[in-house]
Amino acid sequence: MESFDFIEIKVPAKPEYVGVIRLTSSGVANRMGFSYEDIEDLKVAISEAVTNTVNHAYEKDEDGEVTIGFGVYENRLEVMVADHGGSFNLDQVKQNIGPYEAAEPIEQLREGGFGLFLIDALMDKVEINSDSGVIVLMTKYLHENEVGLDDDQISTTQ
Amino acid sequence: MNLTVDVQEQKDKSIVLLAGEIDAYTAPKLKETLLSLTEKEGNKVEVNLEQVNYMDSTGLGVFVSGLKSTKENNSELKLVQLQDRVYRLFEITGLIDVIDVDKTVQGGY
Repeated sequence: MESFDFIEIKVPAKPEYVGVIRLTSSGVANRMGFSYEDIEDLKVAISEAVTNTVNHAYEKDEDGEVTIGFGVYENRLEVMVADHGGSFNLDQVKQNIGPYEAAEPIEQLREGGFGLFLIDALMDKVEINSDSGVIVLMTKYLHENEVGLDDDQISTTQ
Repeated sequence: MNLTVDVQEQKDKSIVLLAGEIDAYTAPKLKETLLSLTEKEGNKVEVNLEQVNYMDSTGLGVFVSGLKSTKENNSELKLVQLQDRVYRLFEITGLIDVIDVDKTVQGGY
């Protein structure tokens, strides 16, 4: 059995706590040795997952909580974001994901629903379980992109 | 973990200076200010994001609603001086083709 450390945080499902989770995520990822770029990706992905839960709780006028679990492995970070509301409409969320198309009329552009798309783009693996409440499980590997695509390359000219 | 929103009215445009983080908590205030400016018929609104060091899809949503508002009110919206990380979100989502974003490189390398 692979050993790992587990950290769990539970906060009220309110917008003012999204930043708290972001800071915590940054701290955990930094301790593990993730690059600056990867830490920024993690911050956005985790905030998106927490924001989904918070928005949902607000729509329903519920005083919900959101639970965030960090599984710290030697080669990866697994983050679980769980919504205990249980009434989150996953199909509806899934319908609203995908990049914008330049040809789309401006009037039809979505103002929300980008969360899952960004999570998928920024993490290595994303799984969603909606059997009881919604659990988003996302994984990011360490050292996968030691030289990122956007990094400046070492010049090889003489 | 906050966002300051300053508006400077110039002769030919409104400049919105942002500093801090745009997320679910700070976005409503930004949206309110932004829409109050884009709803002025024919107004030119320039949003400076040089000091914005974090943004997520909540921020993208605010700028999309700002853009929609410009179409209804014959106004203009332009985002300038984005940091790399923030700019990247506009690229990933394809919004870069829809919203006027001017990523001027700051400082010299």
